[in-house]
Amino acid sequence: MNTKFRKWIIFWTFLTPTLITFFLVVIIPFLTGIYYSFSDWNAIPGKPIQFIGFANYLNVFNDQQVMKSFLLTLTYSGYSILLINIVGFSLALLVTQRLRTANLLRTIFFMPNLIGGLILGYIWKFIFIKILPDLMLSGENMLSKPTTALLAMAIVSTWQMAGYIMVIYVAAIQSIPEEFLEASKIDGANALQRIRHIVFPLVAPAFTVSLFLTLSGSFKMYDVNASLTAGEPARQTELLAMEILSKAFKELNFGEGQAQAVLFFVFIAVISILQVYSSKKREVEM
Amino acid sequence: MKNKKLHLSFIEIIGLLIGLVYISPFYFIIFNSFKTKRNILVDTLGLPNPFILENYPHAMEKMDFAQAFMNSTVITVTSLLLLVLFSSMSAWVLLRTKHRLSAIIFMLFVISMLIPFQTVMLPLVDLFGVNKLNLINSRLGIIIMYLGFGSSMSIFLFHGFMKGIPVALEEAAYIDGCKPHQVFWHIVLPLLKPISVTVMILNGIWIWNDYLLPSLVLQEKSVRTVPLSTQYFFGAYSKDWHLAMAALTLTLIPVVIFYIFAQKHIIRGVTSGAIK
Repeated sequence: MNTKFRKWIIFWTFLTPTLITFFLVVIIPFLTGIYYSFSDWNAIPGKPIQFIGFANYLNVFNDQQVMKSFLLTLTYSGYSILLINIVGFSLALLVTQRLRTANLLRTIFFMPNLIGGLILGYIWKFIFIKILPDLMLSGENMLSKPTTALLAMAIVSTWQMAGYIMVIYVAAIQSIPEEFLEASKIDGANALQRIRHIVFPLVAPAFTVSLFLTLSGSFKMYDVNASLTAGEPARQTELLAMEILSKAFKELNFGEGQAQAVLFFVFIAVISILQVYSSKKREVEM
Repeated sequence: MKNKKLHLSFIEIIGLLIGLVYISPFYFIIFNSFKTKRNILVDTLGLPNPFILENYPHAMEKMDFAQAFMNSTVITVTSLLLLVLFSSMSAWVLLRTKHRLSAIIFMLFVISMLIPFQTVMLPLVDLFGVNKLNLINSRLGIIIMYLGFGSSMSIFLFHGFMKGIPVALEEAAYIDGCKPHQVFWHIVLPLLKPISVTVMILNGIWIWNDYLLPSLVLQEKSVRTVPLSTQYFFGAYSKDWHLAMAALTLTLIPVVIFYIFAQKHIIRGVTSGAIK
């Protein structure tokens, strides 16, 4: 009895510091957030909160700006998933060749990943406004039009993420048995055929991982959005994360902003569960 | 054979060219940080003419770099040390206490990783606000937040690593008369060095670079972190590119130095975090 009691004291004292911060920062805000999303909460201290049912959620679905942000986020995600994976895979192919400079190149490609999205956005703001128009001689600034500005954001995200995704693909490529490639060479397959028929199918699991990583990453994207375009021109590049903040702090509509935040959670959770499910399934198959 | 060698060096040259293009944004930022305001306007692509250093002290003063750097360092280092200590303590009792409750608590941490920051940010700012916990514009407040947000992944990584440590080691220490906290401090914690490095790198990159959370809870100049301080140069009407370039170069220096020294650990840590 005594030792058992002592064991529980140790259990709770070791857990307490983490549990306190975890509940204060994650669990309590998450639960009150769900409650707030069904109320007329307006973040005014001392003002009583009234339950208003699904009104905020109905407003979200009838809100033109929210729907627009959702579509913009989908478009941006489409661009960046494609670009990041194509560039990341190509870089992985490059640095797995027997090059004397392979390590140096890997170091270079990975570097932007360590720099925060805000700083990267500012670096590229300068590149897009001052450097590229001079280099291209067209004088066009990609950030001035919404369609090209979305693409510009995807380019910055690619610069940030391609090196990271590259490392995942490198691990997959290096795990391909050397004999497979040797055998296909003897059979007369050229480089492209080897990539298409041997490398592609064998790195497929890494592709699934990268796809979901880039998908949830681009849905949560905020920093590059804030620094590169700040939603301009005319809220035409405002992605979902920024839209939640505008709803709350600019339109002072905290309840609806929080309803959006809860829907955002549902969406991200579904994506992540699908990811876990698909990689588990693959593990069984292999 | 000779043909093959030629072929390889051709790829090598292509590779180097791609590498050069890839880091070209850095040259443009660094070169332009040594130009005068006028020089940038008339010639953005060329080398600095004249070459000046004045942008640096100016930018440092305007963004209050010393203060921001100090704040970022204090917040990041304190959060990382406490995160490693608290998370490894939690992971240890959750793993070594064979009870349904420890399984449930562990699952709670794992599932909470699905919650995006955006979902909790508004109620979080409200809870830490003036009439409640009153921890806005406070370094302690944001450290508590990083401990809360960082704990799930850190516990998950420690938990996974500790499964590989034989219990026999700990049992022997108990037989020798050690108390649980002594076993943890003298036996378990020293064995956690490799995973602690991973935990610190993953959380360190995130905390040092984080923007959204500090932008919500650190508004006063005295508590601003490095990313927040760079905002000064990119307001709607600011056209001081020469100062902005110096400011960006300043923020890049600590990250690049860190990368050069810890490159191996960083790449390994970041990828092991991704695959799990």
